[in-house]
Amino acid sequence: MSRVAVLKGGRSLERQVSLKSAARVVGALERRGHDVVEIDVGSDLVERLREAEADVAFIAMHGRDGEDGTVQELLELVGIPYTGSDPFACIRCWDKVLTKHALVEAGIPTPPFYAFNETAFRGLGAAQALPEIEERLEFPIVVKPASQGSALGIKFARTAAEVPKALLTAFSYDSKILLERHVAGHDLSVSILDSPDGPVVLPVVEAIAHPDDDFYDFVARYEVGRTHFACPAEIGFNSASGAQALALRAYELLGCQGFARVDLMLDATTGESFVLEVNAIPGLTTTSLLPQAAEAAGIDFDSLISRVLELALARAAA
Amino acid sequence: MTIEGSHRASDAGAPPEIPPRRSTTRDLERYARLFAQRTQVMKSSAMRDLMAVTERPEVISLAGGLPDTRTFDSTTFASVMAHIAEAECARALQYGPTEGHADVRKHIVAIMDEEGMRVEEDEVLVTTGGQQVIDLVCKTLIDPGDVIVAEAPTYPGAVPTFCSYQADVVQIELDDEGMRIDVLEQQLEILDAQGRAPKFIYTIPSFQNPGGVSMSLERRRRLVEIASERELLVLEDNPYGLLRFEGEPLPTLFSLDGGQFVIYLGTFSKILSPGVRLGWSVAPRPVSAKMNLGKQAVDLCSASLTQRFVNGYFETGEWRGYLDLLIGVYRRRRDVMFEALEEHFPDGATWTRPQGGLFVWATLPDYIDTTDLLARALRDNVAFVPGRAAYLDGRGGSSMRLNFSGVDEADIREGVRRIGEVVREQVELYSKLTEH
Repeated sequence: MSRVAVLKGGRSLERQVSLKSAARVVGALERRGHDVVEIDVGSDLVERLREAEADVAFIAMHGRDGEDGTVQELLELVGIPYTGSDPFACIRCWDKVLTKHALVEAGIPTPPFYAFNETAFRGLGAAQALPEIEERLEFPIVVKPASQGSALGIKFARTAAEVPKALLTAFSYDSKILLERHVAGHDLSVSILDSPDGPVVLPVVEAIAHPDDDFYDFVARYEVGRTHFACPAEIGFNSASGAQALALRAYELLGCQGFARVDLMLDATTGESFVLEVNAIPGLTTTSLLPQAAEAAGIDFDSLISRVLELALARAAA
Repeated sequence: MTIEGSHRASDAGAPPEIPPRRSTTRDLERYARLFAQRTQVMKSSAMRDLMAVTERPEVISLAGGLPDTRTFDSTTFASVMAHIAEAECARALQYGPTEGHADVRKHIVAIMDEEGMRVEEDEVLVTTGGQQVIDLVCKTLIDPGDVIVAEAPTYPGAVPTFCSYQADVVQIELDDEGMRIDVLEQQLEILDAQGRAPKFIYTIPSFQNPGGVSMSLERRRRLVEIASERELLVLEDNPYGLLRFEGEPLPTLFSLDGGQFVIYLGTFSKILSPGVRLGWSVAPRPVSAKMNLGKQAVDLCSASLTQRFVNGYFETGEWRGYLDLLIGVYRRRRDVMFEALEEHFPDGATWTRPQGGLFVWATLPDYIDTTDLLARALRDNVAFVPGRAAYLDGRGGSSMRLNFSGVDEADIREGVRRIGEVVREQVELYSKLTEH
């Protein structure tokens, strides 16, 4: 049995989601007999990590600090093994623009996009280029911040008139944004769980939005009964295995470890799948997708958490 | 931290085996199927999740609705509690009557008298906070699909209550004189044409939350007339009436109507303490009787311990002095907020000018979404309530509620400065984004 520091909360906008994830993780760890120290991440983090004398840290954080590699870097420094990906993989997943450039380079399909820093609009007149971007991407266009999880700050622009407001929203969450072609079809998630024999791809989950909801947004994502999930997704064997293969390639390309969740869109007309993003620390709440997928594969929540913890310890030992 | 560690083997032998607590997503689906229809409309909002960040110590939060309980004299607290311990310990620890302790109701009669309302002690129902009155009124009057009329914006805390009773809420906009009664009348006619009528009209006429505005005397009179003509009930929520900083007090709807069609909601939260969780209602007797039954089902009675505290405190006679102290503190804070808004908010922003209460309602250019703005503002460690929280229909996207009662003057100045900076930044960026 290990002494486990569960890192949670923090300053991120997804603080609440993290607290929910962490509560479940703590429960699972305690049921397996581990000694748990909970740390709400703040300015005393380094000190508390040193005091905790933990064998391993379980990072149950979402959003900035937890998913962007910051906490991982500090844990490396303090010398405590931790769950999930290392700082480099975290950085590549956290920044959707970096992710997409890497995907494009590796030939993994991702929807066409244009990315800009705020400075491009403030100082370089990028607004002048919007009509051309709109023509190339075609409406509706998805406008999103380069970072942030849980669909925070994502807007659909259906007309040119809606683009500036959507950009303003995205810039409220990050100083870097992207405009992306919308793929109409199935909203899929493929979770990947490492094992001593290499990563295992879990069954595909499809999120089917409530008819009143615009798309699979932040509210729907965390509210029981708001979004219907099909797990495994009913999209046919070929589409499912295609999505799984892409997800695994993306996972390996970005250097993820332990676990991750890859979000994709399956084009309803062409049947082609596109990778949207990779989440280095997938949600572990009662409505989250990774636990659902694991369960569909016969891995209950406690076993899932144990597996992720063991992988972290094994990595440290190696 | 392990629960298992705290279990000791008893003399009788090995400890009983505790079955493992299962918690799986399949379980969740199973429970979800058991949820009542009404939970479908209970909203857990993105905004509420964002608000979790505002609890962090480094954040200056103008988002709260909190009175400043630091102003309460702890020696008074100690002496009242000591008296309870000596003289009425058993009573404080016992259940009480559903309608509340008689001496507390006597004090409530005196408080209402302060605002020109004459009621009998036996008309008062002591409740667990003013919030329970809203719940009990809904429980008594609302079937799924029934209409409630509320102000736009309305008290954000009433929204989940209305939703949980599956009410159809019609919101009537406010201006500087409170609810637009002309719009209310038009809306009532539209409902007439549909063969519908509201069960009640919910209003906070004085220093409205979140709007900060007060209903003019003329509108108060007209609203009471409408209620009587149409035999509709009005729920008058009056937490802030006694927190007037300037200007002449206005009569409550209850005093204008004489308690025929107005249900009055009062609370100790803003004149004493929200921690005592005590409020009250005065309703027409048949309505009050049903509310009493409803309360029996919910909690039997409100806490005896805090009722003893409230009684002991009002017996000291210090409450008027304390109210004056609060008025002085809040008035200064409001003035600081006005100055800061004037200095830091850009042209095109407007805000209400409350003469009392706890809140200012500010409105920004319509392309600014205050929920997104909150996300941006949190990076600078400052928070407010996005306007959308006060509407059920998606309006209010460019407004925000700012609280001045719970934060000291320096923090109000700094908080408003930070918000102003973020707003200016957005205004400037938007002008760049639309340059083509």
